[in-house]
Amino acid sequence: MSPTVLAAQGEGFTPPGKEDFWWPILGSDTSPWTLTRPSVMALLSVALIAWFLLAATRRRAMVPGRLQFVGEGVYGFVRESIARDLIGSREFLKFMPLLFTQFMLIAVNNLFGIIPFVQYPTMSRFGFPVALAAITYITFHAVGFARKGFVGYFKDLVPPGLPSWIVPFIFVLEFVDKFITRPLTLSLRLFANMFAGHLLLLVFILGAEHLLLTGGPGLKVAGVLSGVLAIVMTFFEALVEILQAYIFTLLTALYIGGALAEEH
Amino acid sequence: MTGEISGSLNLIGFGLSAIGPGVGIGLIFAAYINGVARQPEARGMLQPIAFLGFALAEALALFGLVLAFVL
Repeated sequence: MSPTVLAAQGEGFTPPGKEDFWWPILGSDTSPWTLTRPSVMALLSVALIAWFLLAATRRRAMVPGRLQFVGEGVYGFVRESIARDLIGSREFLKFMPLLFTQFMLIAVNNLFGIIPFVQYPTMSRFGFPVALAAITYITFHAVGFARKGFVGYFKDLVPPGLPSWIVPFIFVLEFVDKFITRPLTLSLRLFANMFAGHLLLLVFILGAEHLLLTGGPGLKVAGVLSGVLAIVMTFFEALVEILQAYIFTLLTALYIGGALAEEH
Repeated sequence: MTGEISGSLNLIGFGLSAIGPGVGIGLIFAAYINGVARQPEARGMLQPIAFLGFALAEALALFGLVLAFVL
């Protein structure tokens, strides 16, 4: 259903765009200190996670209760299938606080995108993924520099045993990859996934509303279909949101593991 | 006769640019499924690699999406 068709039918349907992501609550429209909906939600997510983890660990039992089971399951997943596999069983415990925090924070903030009455993924504002990616970026470079020394870290960018004429090219490639592409893709991936997912839901839900309210009988059927698709896409978004939290944590662990590894 | 099409050409460009990563993601998961089918015990080792490849291919599509809105 293209916007032009809709415009011909009713008094005009404005397709959702990037303006739908700007939600000031307190303050002016232009000030950088405006309190916005995503910042309130980020705070809410921190409170939620803290409550959940405290409740899950308050009464620890040999036979876990329901909350403890869920908490342990999530922690075990991050620990066993992300941290241990990618950092190595010798050193992964040091990085568990970072990885688990990232996973929980991103997962909860992403899931806000489909939870009724909240329905806005925090990470669809670019600032949040940038800050998270910056933490990863600083961590894995700091770990690498601490392990190999300043010169050694740069020397380690190039795998040993290459013909000497190719070394500068590989060095530039690896340097650009590790210092520019990695933070860029890490933040952009999370942001763009959430942005696109929210936009997709908006298209189907607003489209359904508009078709049902203003369309003729034929378009009403299309509106119902659009609403059904919105529900299907909501479930698809749940998958994407958890997957993005997994991928972000996975990549953080991979980068840290790569910075720690002795050679390629 | 002159027709009128409104909307952004950027989004058509994004649609075209999404073809490549789409094919790429398909190939990555095809290889992953193949690998697990041949050797089910290698799943734990293959999974991070598959999702890493998926993430890298997906990043290209998302660059297209972001640029479609930015440009």
